[in-house]
Amino acid sequence: MHSFELVKPATIQDAVAALKSDEAQALGGGQTLLPTMKARLAQAEQLVALSGVAEMHGICVDDDGRICIGGATTHATVAREASGYPALASLAGRIGDPAVRNRGTIGGSLANNDPSACYPAGVLASNATVVTNAREIDADDFFQGMFETALDEGEIITEVKFPVPEKAAYEKFLQPASRFPLVAVFVAKFSDGVRVAVTGASGDGVFRWSEAEAALSANFSPDAVKGLGDLDADDMISDLHGDGAYRAHLVSVMTARAVKAAV
Amino acid sequence: MPKDTGIGASPKRREDVRFLTGKGRYTDDINVAGQAHVVFLRSDVAHGRIKSIDTSAAEAIDGVVRVFTAKDFEGVGGIPCGWQITDRQGNPMQEPKHPILAEGKVRHVGDPIAAVVAESASIARLACEAIEVDIEALPAVVDMKAALSDGAPKVHDDLTSNLCYDWGFVEENRDAVAEAINSAAHVTTLELVNNRLVANPMEPRVAVGDFAAHDQSSTLYTTSQNPHVIRLLMGAFVLGIPEHKLRVVAPDVGGGFGTKIFHYAEEAFCTFAAKQLERAVKWTCTRSEAFMSDAHGRDHVTKIELALDADNNFTAIRTETYANMGAYLSTFAPSVPTWLHGTLMAGNYKTPLVYVNVKAVFTNTVPVDAYRGAGRPEATFQLERVIDKAARELGVDPVDLRRQNFIREFPYQTPVAVEYDTGDYDATMDKLLSMIDRDGFAARRKESESRGKLRGLGINCYIEACGIAPSNLVGQLGARAGLYESATVRVNATGGLVVMTGSHSHGQGHETSFAQVVADMIGINEDQIEIVHGDTANTPMGMGTYGSRSLAVGGSAMVRATEKIIAKAKKIAAHIMEAAEGDIELKEGRFTVAGTDKSLAWGDVTLAAYVPHNYPLTDLEPGLEETAFYDPNNFTYPAGAYACEVEVDPETGQVQVLSFAAADDFGNVVNPMIVEGQVHGGLAQGIGQALLENCAYDENGQLLSASYMDYAMPRAGDLPMFQVDHSCATPCTHNPLGVKGCGEAGAIGSPPAIVNGVLDALASGGHNVGHINMPLTPARVWAAMQG
Ligand SMILES: Cc1cc2nc3c(=O)[nH]c(=O)nc-3n(C[C@H](O)[C@H](O)[C@H](O)COP(=O)(O)OP(=O)(O)OC[C@H]3O[C@@H](n4cnc5c(N)ncnc54)[C@H](O)[C@@H]3O)c2cc1C
Repeated sequence: MHSFELVKPATIQDAVAALKSDEAQALGGGQTLLPTMKARLAQAEQLVALSGVAEMHGICVDDDGRICIGGATTHATVAREASGYPALASLAGRIGDPAVRNRGTIGGSLANNDPSACYPAGVLASNATVVTNAREIDADDFFQGMFETALDEGEIITEVKFPVPEKAAYEKFLQPASRFPLVAVFVAKFSDGVRVAVTGASGDGVFRWSEAEAALSANFSPDAVKGLGDLDADDMISDLHGDGAYRAHLVSVMTARAVKAAV
Repeated sequence: MPKDTGIGASPKRREDVRFLTGKGRYTDDINVAGQAHVVFLRSDVAHGRIKSIDTSAAEAIDGVVRVFTAKDFEGVGGIPCGWQITDRQGNPMQEPKHPILAEGKVRHVGDPIAAVVAESASIARLACEAIEVDIEALPAVVDMKAALSDGAPKVHDDLTSNLCYDWGFVEENRDAVAEAINSAAHVTTLELVNNRLVANPMEPRVAVGDFAAHDQSSTLYTTSQNPHVIRLLMGAFVLGIPEHKLRVVAPDVGGGFGTKIFHYAEEAFCTFAAKQLERAVKWTCTRSEAFMSDAHGRDHVTKIELALDADNNFTAIRTETYANMGAYLSTFAPSVPTWLHGTLMAGNYKTPLVYVNVKAVFTNTVPVDAYRGAGRPEATFQLERVIDKAARELGVDPVDLRRQNFIREFPYQTPVAVEYDTGDYDATMDKLLSMIDRDGFAARRKESESRGKLRGLGINCYIEACGIAPSNLVGQLGARAGLYESATVRVNATGGLVVMTGSHSHGQGHETSFAQVVADMIGINEDQIEIVHGDTANTPMGMGTYGSRSLAVGGSAMVRATEKIIAKAKKIAAHIMEAAEGDIELKEGRFTVAGTDKSLAWGDVTLAAYVPHNYPLTDLEPGLEETAFYDPNNFTYPAGAYACEVEVDPETGQVQVLSFAAADDFGNVVNPMIVEGQVHGGLAQGIGQALLENCAYDENGQLLSASYMDYAMPRAGDLPMFQVDHSCATPCTHNPLGVKGCGEAGAIGSPPAIVNGVLDALASGGHNVGHINMPLTPARVWAAMQG
């Protein structure tokens, strides 16, 4: 790892100010950034740790009944405390291992937008709102392809607001080595329709499976998915752990299982 | 009643106290005053010509001591290979030079190009990035068959081809085997891959080279399973340092699994550089670096044919194997697919004719060498898979087919050179069946089906050869070393003793089990015995630990040395008690005179040996210290039967191992708890190979599984509770302890059980799949089910 300077502001305002410099980068739990820096694949003159920003921590419920999670809240905290949204708490509780969950944050995970990350599926299926220091971004606008988001340079995620669906579940099929999703599907049933978000499958990152959403909005049962056929294998990631056809098949299986598990 | 001390007891491992409380002393814990640190610049292309290396910018960095490249090693030897194979025509194998730093060409991703020695590892790392290397990338050879095709790029320009050797065994049987196959009632053919593995010991490799200017002597601290072998190879063949000026120390070693047997370039580099700089030089391997520089394991591609007569007796076996050597020959690489593999192709069965052909191939990949089991897992996997396939084709019970062909008379001369001294394969199979409730399987399968799962039962046998090996025999087979073992037993004046063994432990618990043996022989407490190993300065020349040889060979040397001690102590006791030597008995730490009530404590006699006031000085030297070297008469042959039940999720191809039972014959057992632990570890690695682990390259020679993000290690949650048994013991007939070795059995016997079980599960769902290559990942199992 190359040397860097670490600053630890106490407010969002100070964090944003510190991030104005070209050489500065936000540090969440460091579970992605630090290994990348250790492998010398990334380098920063200055890391701005968000862990000291008290207003970015914790979980509450807003007036619209949404679960609001501070951008620097760890996966472990969400797993433990997001009891108002069990499917989301369950998602957080299955990220990585205890060490990763005790450090990694929701803001870091979303900003990174790994094509195999868990949270993007939860955010997109829940139609959550990503709140930054500057604005509010709809989930449908936030994710812009693998490792790409709507965030501007120096913009930080301060909070994420999740509408709570009637029923939801997250089904994660593990990549055997990393234990990231090989394919994972988050299904959320709202009064006005069903949203299905898929992660791990596409090189473009998390996406909504619109055919499944339509079918499930009409008939919320695993059988509704079975009739759809698999997605196009050519649009899926193909690697050491599974080719496109396998991932396309898993999308169907995991979606049906999520529907079955949804409570 | 279980014993609580001595042979057969299970005292807790004394070394665990320091390992588990962070007090172990590993090589990385060794820091020499004034040491510098080295970081290697490694190739990121698989094959290329080095056109230029400019180190000036690196040298200009503050804190850089010196930058080394191949030109600094003129006149220094290459890393030697310890085993020469003779091919089918009687010619020696092709043996390329393995330079310490790449000369002219890079041949695999990870091949070291330059080494920066600096005041700190981070400065050295930074300076590595400042080295400018101009490499002209060349097409890489990765696939073994492609590497042997006409016009394939050559890994080594000075060799005639990428073929290291084409070995036939038993060559004289070639035609007879062909004839038997042609005239067989049934022939089952199977093509399979034994997947390449990365050993992944918990402790990555480390080397610290030191040089003492006052007496011009060198010391290497290294993560090694066999420090004496490293001293001999590095001193005599690489650096030209005589053994009396070279000490090699391997302190606590945090796992090895074979990959720490070999002499590596980094060890020679640190020793060489320390002498040049008159300053200690330390290298600590990172995990990422380990993936591309530790010798890999396995990587065989095989076609096997099993011929049977009309009564289902095995009549012949023929195999054709391609064995990957990687880019250079690692220390024992050529022996693994030949003598450690071909000699086991008879298995537990009385097949009269066997012919094994092995083509060893150079490719632009990390060198491949011994890994837990080394050659025997490859043999077992082929044999036990092809037998299962034959049973399915013939519609007979796979257990019955095996039993029908079991060897039952011992000693048994196999058609593949080795002679099994003893064994009882019915006993371990009976034991296994008593452990697994085979009759209840149908009901369990139904229960799985009710949950939408396919359940399978996989059963197989294995035999292996341990306790390597009679030196005169391996010498004929091409080994460039002897394979005896040694021990010095030094009894102190007050009765405690130190055993200095040429074996070494990289986690197996020798300090506990070796002490049990000596304590048992003398009748004293284990805590009076210290086991010392791992340092060439205070242990006799020994060959180290691999091939489950430590107790069978090293333990035998220790027994012989202890017998000499006891014999001498009896002489002393006879003198003091004024009795005939033949009347002296040693029991529970006391010498008695038969037929009298005279007795002396062990400590009285040991004191007399060093304070020889009343002592037979004219007949006997004072002191009580003896050394023995033990060269075995034969290998030992642990064998057994394994079974597992697996469940396959037909929707995803996910395999879950529900149960695993192992019935092993290890001969006599010194510490049952340690033996169980060894079997558990072996099973974890074997199941890891079968289901998870896969070292994969792309067609350009880039390592795809270069970290734990892509290389799947077995975790506790991937494994069931194991049922292990070693009660079916047929003691080895030719070593004094009657022991056979248990370190590798689990890894050897378990992969076929898993694959047999998964295929059985699939068959129950109507998927008649002939074979799936390991690892049986969900994607592969699912794809196989799609036909
Ligand atoms: C062993 C292991 C297993 C894992 N398994 C999983 C898994 O199963 N599923 C999964 O989803 N993830 C997994 N992860 C990733 C983990 O969830 C990370 O915590 C997460 O991806 C990044 O969050 P972080 O807080 O650690 O961010 P960091 O690593 O600190 O930062 C990541 C990126 O986000 C930026 N950033 C951080 N915080 C903010 C913010 N508030 N606003 C804007 N930008 C920000 C940083 O500048 C950086 O670019 C695993 C990681 C490891 C090491």
